[in-house]
Amino acid sequence: MEAVLAGIKVMVTDDGYLTDFSQWNEDIAREIAKNEGIEMTDRHWEVIKWIQEQVKAGNPLSVRGIKKSGVLDIKEFYALFPGGPLKLSTKIAGVPKPKSCI
Amino acid sequence: MKNILILGAGTSGTMMANHLRPKLKKDQWNITIVDQYRTHYYQPGFLFLPFDIYTEDQVKKVGKKFIPKGVNYIQKKIEKIIPTENKVELEDETLSYDILIIATGSKIAPEEVEGMKGKNWHKNVFDFYTYEGSLALRNKLREWEGGKLVVHLTEMPIKCPVAPLEFAFLADSYFTKKGMRDKVDLTYVTPLSGAFTKAKSSESLGYLLKEKNIKLETDFAIESVDNDGNKIIDYGGREIEYDLLVTIPTNMGDEVIERSGMGDDLNFIPTHHNTLQSLEHENVFIIGDATNIPASKAGSVAHFEAETLTDNILLYIDGKPLKEEFDGHANCFIETGHNKALLIDFNYKQEPVEGTFPFPVVGPLKLLKESVFNHWGKLAFRWIYWNMLLKGIAIPFISRNMSTKGKKIN
Repeated sequence: MEAVLAGIKVMVTDDGYLTDFSQWNEDIAREIAKNEGIEMTDRHWEVIKWIQEQVKAGNPLSVRGIKKSGVLDIKEFYALFPGGPLKLSTKIAGVPKPKSCI
Repeated sequence: MKNILILGAGTSGTMMANHLRPKLKKDQWNITIVDQYRTHYYQPGFLFLPFDIYTEDQVKKVGKKFIPKGVNYIQKKIEKIIPTENKVELEDETLSYDILIIATGSKIAPEEVEGMKGKNWHKNVFDFYTYEGSLALRNKLREWEGGKLVVHLTEMPIKCPVAPLEFAFLADSYFTKKGMRDKVDLTYVTPLSGAFTKAKSSESLGYLLKEKNIKLETDFAIESVDNDGNKIIDYGGREIEYDLLVTIPTNMGDEVIERSGMGDDLNFIPTHHNTLQSLEHENVFIIGDATNIPASKAGSVAHFEAETLTDNILLYIDGKPLKEEFDGHANCFIETGHNKALLIDFNYKQEPVEGTFPFPVVGPLKLLKESVFNHWGKLAFRWIYWNMLLKGIAIPFISRNMSTKGKKIN
């Protein structure tokens, strides 16, 4: 479906994930974060960038994988994106949320 | 003489041996397959064994029976693959190859989570992804008097991603039949955002958990199992108590992949999504659970991959370009309990949708909907596996690439 984020029309899934990464930009990311109650800091951006790189490389994302990332530890990951860090960080990064086959 | 070497005689390796032997001249090509284990397990049966739906004998056979004549079968441990020298070291000999097919699969790694493989492993903490785990769980369930049953999934990717959900559904059915469903508090715990994570599946199947009175805990990234308190704890500090924990541990590729420096963090091998050729070595091909491709780790996927890979190996031998053909096609029955099942048919791009399969309108199988017929299909599949699939016999009306016929796509 269509949504307007940071004044730009974008396509999103029912739960608000961008369906086309080429539509992503930092303003959109900031607005998604704000809607989730997150104020973006430099640390947030580092994580977002790392997630985007992983997805681009076709690597599966998991919370445990964060431990090996060298970017941050899991405690900080939870602190930056409270509640569901993977769910929230992927949404802000404009990439699909981790899925199963159904 | 040239050599094709297949590592692993599970579903994928066995199928490749059966596909390739009749297509390659015996005076030109040796085919050798190596696997350290004697027994070939019908892994989908591990879902049914705990509930006394299948017996031990129905899920295991001697692997050698399924390797065709004219293929050299070696039952030894594989120590190391040395792709730069086209060599594979076994426990007491070294084999050379012209073409290598890696089919070493994936397996559970409970030691990846603190406490999981602790003092209560196979006492009140079980897996059902191994024969031993599945059997131990069966014996436990036979005498279990009820309490908190937690069905838990550690992290993706896992073999047969729907199996934990099927386990929860079958558990509901099993305890209902035993007349003790009211004594069992059933909870499904996932690291994902829901039991269903795709739009059409959520829409069509969202009712299932509620109908079966299965509680749901989402976004649970497990850090440890507390064997004294009988609870699982996640990185955010959330705790879930259990009396009986059935968990799907982290799934990883075989250690030989790590020893050979060929895999990613989880020992899965970087593989071309559509040709199944290694991204690093042109005479190395990977099939089944051992790859890192974003398809389901499932027997049906291996079956479809085997057809494409057979063609590609013949093309490679002829020095021709490979077909970029494999589309991530998967076709899976999903048990929902009470003698019903779902069927899903999908690929890299197309999520599971409703419809009929394999024919439009007449089916006879229904996609993404519960039916008794689908359940029969799942049970019939055991026969198909042993008698057709492993032998590389094509399954009628089911093509290697996903067909959109009969599917309700928007």
